Amino acid sequence: MSASAISAPLATSGTREARAARGPKGRTIGMALYMLFLFVPVYWLVNASFKTNADILSGLSLWPQHPTLENYSKIFADPDWHSAFTNSILMVVINTVISVSVALPAAYAFSRYRFVGDKPLFFWLLSNLMAPPAVYALPFFNLYSATGLFDSIWAVALAHCLFNVPLAVWILEGFISGVPREIDETAEIDGYSFPRFFVKIFLPLIANGIGVAAFFCFMFSWVEQLLATTLTTVNAKPIAGMMSRAYSAAGLDWGLLAAAGTLTMIPGAIVIWFVRNHIAKGFALGRV
Amino acid sequence: MLDRIGLKRGDEVHIADASLELHAGSMNVLLGPTLSGKTTLMRLMAGLDRPTSGRLVEDGRDVTGLGVKHRSVAMVYQQFVNYPTLSVYENIASPLRVQGLPKAEIESRVARAAKLMRLEPMLKRTPAQLSGGQQQRTALARALVKQAKLVLLDEPLANLDYKLREELREELPRIFAETGAILVYATTEPAEALLLRGSTATLREGRITQVGPSAALYREPGNLDAARVFSDPPLNELALTVSNGVAALADGSRLPGDGALGALPDGAATLGFRADAAAAAVAVGGDGRDPSHPAFPGTVAVTEISGSESFVHIATDAGLGTLVCLVEGVHAFEPGDRAEARLDLARAFAFGADGRRIAARPAAAPRREPVPA
Repeated sequence: MSASAISAPLATSGTREARAARGPKGRTIGMALYMLFLFVPVYWLVNASFKTNADILSGLSLWPQHPTLENYSKIFADPDWHSAFTNSILMVVINTVISVSVALPAAYAFSRYRFVGDKPLFFWLLSNLMAPPAVYALPFFNLYSATGLFDSIWAVALAHCLFNVPLAVWILEGFISGVPREIDETAEIDGYSFPRFFVKIFLPLIANGIGVAAFFCFMFSWVEQLLATTLTTVNAKPIAGMMSRAYSAAGLDWGLLAAAGTLTMIPGAIVIWFVRNHIAKGFALGRV
Repeated sequence: MLDRIGLKRGDEVHIADASLELHAGSMNVLLGPTLSGKTTLMRLMAGLDRPTSGRLVEDGRDVTGLGVKHRSVAMVYQQFVNYPTLSVYENIASPLRVQGLPKAEIESRVARAAKLMRLEPMLKRTPAQLSGGQQQRTALARALVKQAKLVLLDEPLANLDYKLREELREELPRIFAETGAILVYATTEPAEALLLRGSTATLREGRITQVGPSAALYREPGNLDAARVFSDPPLNELALTVSNGVAALADGSRLPGDGALGALPDGAATLGFRADAAAAAVAVGGDGRDPSHPAFPGTVAVTEISGSESFVHIATDAGLGTLVCLVEGVHAFEPGDRAEARLDLARAFAFGADGRRIAARPAAAPRREPVPA
């Protein structure tokens, strides 16, 4: 009796210690599992891109049985794929530049000035993001066909502004509101003209915000497929359009698709690498 | 010069008919509690905001609608406002760079301002790497270097630590006086207004209540509002009812007709006195009292000890509210102790029902001069 009474608290303290010891380790395991789940699809894609089609279809294998670079060489040899990549990157870069440069003055105005309907307008901008892109595909198709913009890089770059300008305004407004108004006034007292103040004093202050906004514009535009494929046919075909060509009457070219998919991830990864510090700071300071 | 400047936003009156005359090389203090309109008035003077009525005249030139860019103004805010991405040197040089001055001139002016503000070792740093005091000195140096005609300092020392505040308060008027600028200094502290000398305008709820040389204004406030603003701790006030030339307090007790009290018209009035016109004493009863020093027995509520003097708050038995009394030295008045507030009627102010001071008492020099020479 007494032995068990003594051993009971011992046992509990023992488990407590065990739990404490397991704590950080459990966290590490949880984290590792999470990362594993995140990376399985990515790994599967990269894995498949180095396999032959027969290999891919033959069953489950964790690494290429007959490693090949054939899929990549097919892409690099085909000028259609080249132009698709160039088109996609151009669309996205043009769109990002337009979105951020249009959104900057708008966000400044929303943050600094009171005008009739400013708050409803600000919210209405955001509501643009709520409609699915498919809603806009038809009107854009019609409009661009009529104006001759159809099947050009600009068609997609401008269409994506519909989502990215509001997004950038929303993000930048948060950052701009974080800059005290007194700085604007001090610059005015010092005699700065508005453009000079904006470029020399203000832009460096919200550099993080611009980084965050540009990143989101880039990403949204890069992964958007529906408008990009609807509004182009031949000349401005983006990667998404090219990829849909890979499933032809002859069946699916799995390896080619996987290789194209892998290549598609690279620009995004590069952008993230460059803005990673801005993003970290940006998430802490502004609102997203 | 400000000529009946007013600012309304919607139905809200922010500044009402403010008139001030400011001279080159003068020190002008705007004294008022927070939200009294000091900052708003300064923004109007600077041209950051546009008045809805009145005129702003500079050297005979109407500058009412003129934007701040086209005026010769420098301003320092209570918050330390600098350009975070520029170095301290560039921060100070910024107004000169905009003016397009030659490089050598900029360098010499910045060097001089940095020396006066003791910022020389910090010129290469960014504002974020400085202490609060250094940041504010950077802002002050930027205002100094511009050599503007009008320098507006909006509670520039309020966020600084005590010692630095004392130092800068001594130096600022001297440094800026050399440039011949009109210096306008906003503060909430009566003591600061007195230490800065010059002239003071008291503000309350967007109105200038009185203007005059700081010390004289302290000694002879012209109205209840000015006296309230120019008193720290808050002015003691007793409501009076005067009938047939005899003043009575709310509890019915009568006051002797000394000084201003004898000249009050019938009706309601207010007796106001600063803490230094009232002494706290251990209650001794009715004997040996000076009739010109009415006593109000009560209980000590709080004692604030500042070292050389103590402020004793006495909650009066007669329900006349709490009176703040000044006692020299550190005294053992504990909360809950019995004590009485003895009022020196000769140093109290009487205000009529309209808030105007009734100055009938002979202008005897105050016993204790609160103004450092």
